[in-house]
Amino acid sequence: MAVETQGARSREGDWHRNSRARQARERIIKFLLTACAYVSIFTTIGIVVVLFEETLRFFLDVSIVEFLTTTRWAPQQGDFGVLPLVYGTLMATFIAIAVALPVGLLTAIYLSEYAPKRLRRWLKPALEILAGVPTVVYGYFALTFITPFFRDSVLPGIGSFNALAAGLIMGVMIIPTVASVSEDAIYAVPRSLREGAYALGATKRETATKIVVPAALSGIVAAVILGISRAIGETMIVTIAMGSQPNFGGSPTESMQAMTAYIVQVVGGETPRGSITFESIFAVGSALFLMTLALNLASYWFVRRFREIY
Amino acid sequence: MAQGTQVKKRGEGTEGPQFKANMSARYGLDRVFSVVVTLAALVGIVVLAVLLVDVTRDGSSMLSANFLTSFPSQIFPENGGIYPALVGSLWLLGLTFLISVPLGLGAAVYLEEYAEDTRINRLIEINISNLAGVPSIIYGLLGLGIFVQLLAPITGGGSVLSGALTLSLLILPVIIVATREALRAIPRAIREGGYALGATKWEVIRSHLLPMALPGALTGMILALSRAIGEAAPLLVVGVALYQTYATSGPLDGYMALPTQIYDWISRPQQIFQDSAAAGIVVVMVVLLVANSVAILLRNRFQRSS
Repeated sequence: MAVETQGARSREGDWHRNSRARQARERIIKFLLTACAYVSIFTTIGIVVVLFEETLRFFLDVSIVEFLTTTRWAPQQGDFGVLPLVYGTLMATFIAIAVALPVGLLTAIYLSEYAPKRLRRWLKPALEILAGVPTVVYGYFALTFITPFFRDSVLPGIGSFNALAAGLIMGVMIIPTVASVSEDAIYAVPRSLREGAYALGATKRETATKIVVPAALSGIVAAVILGISRAIGETMIVTIAMGSQPNFGGSPTESMQAMTAYIVQVVGGETPRGSITFESIFAVGSALFLMTLALNLASYWFVRRFREIY
Repeated sequence: MAQGTQVKKRGEGTEGPQFKANMSARYGLDRVFSVVVTLAALVGIVVLAVLLVDVTRDGSSMLSANFLTSFPSQIFPENGGIYPALVGSLWLLGLTFLISVPLGLGAAVYLEEYAEDTRINRLIEINISNLAGVPSIIYGLLGLGIFVQLLAPITGGGSVLSGALTLSLLILPVIIVATREALRAIPRAIREGGYALGATKWEVIRSHLLPMALPGALTGMILALSRAIGEAAPLLVVGVALYQTYATSGPLDGYMALPTQIYDWISRPQQIFQDSAAAGIVVVMVVLLVANSVAILLRNRFQRSS
């Protein structure tokens, strides 16, 4: 359509007639497009301002030292030690990475070194579907399938809410993240390195594990860091399947509360806005934001590093 | 047994200059390894399959046309349905599409076609890749502070518009990244041909670059919007209704949504609500699988042609 009208215009030979109008239009369009790009900057500023404004208000009432160092989280009694929530988050994250690191890395090796090209074309999108499954669905699956499965088989004493099932399913959720970022890194390893290894008599497995993986290591590290960041920020799986009981030092088979789950619990309850408890979700949110920010920047740095080498 | 000891020796020998031609053991390990990596690649698919079978089995008793057209019910849960949640999710989807697609396309075109390599533009790039990793619940807190509280006179507080604005910011980085990749894949010659014919930058973009980038960008948009449909956490923070007696009919109305409806059912102990949750999940998964398949087909076609 657009092409047609342009063609019509040039046949009339008046392409230069509106040049001032065209220049003005170009400037307006550039301005609008620039504004679109700046939305992202304002988003970040918005996040920082909203989080830190409320967090500062929270720290007027609760000392930051108490928040960061004490181990009892009971907002109703005025105990605001964030460590039990951090413990819950890290426990689930640790279990998730224990699944996603080996499975994701081996999947990446399979995809880039072993899979026939046609299969690869369909396997990668299938993994993307795995990443696109809503997290409430994973939460339901962990709560009603994985936990009963453990109770009926190897862990009869497991709680209805527990970190193990939530963490395992979260691991499945981040397999695609770990696999796809690692695969990009593995794929970027030059062919000559592989051929050098074969020329020296290495087998395919030896080439993959001793040449290709070490060469792609910084990209793989980036993938794992990104996976950790995803797991820390994940909300619905831990809210549904891990419970809402702050539990510092608990075992993986017990119920515990993650940072994100606490935020959901408060916004879903009757807590009045402006109360200390309500402000505490912004303090927990800030902690969460800083943790994921640090991890994302670290991952970004590692990705750039592997891009620079090759 | 013999193989085992040989393998051990080989491990010890990696520091030394020894050359080991023990081919049968090494090829044996190679076969094992190729089986292991294949199995690893199947883990995710298998879990997905088990999950789908499990929810379909749990939800089959509740699934019917009635389920799609009824309001949820506490008193007669077996007659309840997802109608207001479905309508709310469609509103969210439509509004999110209208907000995020122009913004995302605009930002991508700016960054790919206009932006020079200045400090501020590099900052925007790093910022976008960081925003892609911000947890969705943090976007919920942002939406609560800005759209629900600060802009309440415009957005009507906890309205479906506030929800859609929040989801739009959440998926914007995905749309931007996908569109930029699609734009980057277009050869420079296309742009220069356009300029040589006297077209302005915007004319080249509108008549050639955007149409050519469309399949790739569309794939990213479908994936991003299907992520938006599935999000529950940010909506819970920006005030989605867990129950309301009417279906959303305007952008400033209250709203329910499918994932939060499912969450509400999951958190009730009675079996009938668990089954309702499973039936809701089946509906969501059907929608998402269709959307994802379309996106994948689009991309595979696009990759083949380019």
